[in-house]
Amino acid sequence: MGLISKIFTAFRGGAREVGEAIVDKNSIRIFEQEIADAENHMEKAKRDLTEVMAKEMEASRKIKSLNSEIEKHEGYASQALKKNDENLALEIAEKIVELTIELELQKSIQVKFAEHSIRLKAMVKKTGKSIADMKRQLVMVKTTDSVQKAASSINHNYASGSSKLLTAKESLDRIQKRQAEHEDRLKAGEALENEESGADLEAKMKAAGIGETNSSASDVLAKLKAKRS
Amino acid sequence: MDINKLAEQLVAQGKEDDIFSFKVQPIHGDVEVLKVTVEDREELPVFLSIADTQILCISYLFKKDEIISSETASMNEAMLSMNVQMPLSSFAMIDEQYVVFGALSVNSTIDDIVHEIEMLSDNTLEALEAMKAYFK
Repeated sequence: MGLISKIFTAFRGGAREVGEAIVDKNSIRIFEQEIADAENHMEKAKRDLTEVMAKEMEASRKIKSLNSEIEKHEGYASQALKKNDENLALEIAEKIVELTIELELQKSIQVKFAEHSIRLKAMVKKTGKSIADMKRQLVMVKTTDSVQKAASSINHNYASGSSKLLTAKESLDRIQKRQAEHEDRLKAGEALENEESGADLEAKMKAAGIGETNSSASDVLAKLKAKRS
Repeated sequence: MDINKLAEQLVAQGKEDDIFSFKVQPIHGDVEVLKVTVEDREELPVFLSIADTQILCISYLFKKDEIISSETASMNEAMLSMNVQMPLSSFAMIDEQYVVFGALSVNSTIDDIVHEIEMLSDNTLEALEAMKAYFK
């Protein structure tokens, strides 16, 4: 069973201390040992593979040269026959038989090593995959362990420190209240800024004789006169 | 990656950044944890720990018993549905605690880590706002 399934099952079974249940010191050690073993296994398989492939190549080379030897001797035999030297032809034919026997031997050796190398390649691939898988699971085991320990440190910090663990509602209320205050201050600041720049503008306009200006005594008098008439 | 070195780098970075400033406090235990407190969000710290192959950033959401029990299943479904869209973070549970977390490679740069913490903090706050209706 994969580790994810194990953790899932443990949760469904209602285990509270899931981390502890799965991550005992042994399981980490066993995992690490298994990975080391698999890696050694893989190294050996790779070395074997190199050797087997070299042997296969050697056999292929021999096959090639034997084939050309046989071809050459077949040529010699034909020449001997042409010269009616039956004895020499027979001797050459015997050599051809010898070469052919050797060729068959090398062919069977080549096939044997080729098959062996296919098996080794498959093994290297399979081992490589299982090492990657074990490493992934080891990460999960170690992370589970680390998260459990971190969580216990965090909980301890909350329990002992002045920052007691508030409910989410309380935290949210506090933060939002603070944000609102912050916003209000910003707005007030902005308004003040506007007012100041507005006052500034009014002063400038007054100086330029634009907009509302203070009425002079003669203006007031003129208004009163207009009312009376 | 060494957690003390990372803590130093984070502290320096936290001071430099004027939009997103944060404080770093180490918590000692079986596993070294850094508590990263983002300014104005002191209630929702991000906890950072380093394991063999990854850096884990975790932020606590709420305990199982803070949720209206009849709504738990529908909230779980909603959280699973939201998971993929949420940038860089995912929902999870540690024992009875719902959390948001992000995992980074141990080869991440300091900028990557700060970005992760920033995202996680934003995601946490946004998730809590989104799930307010499920609280008791």
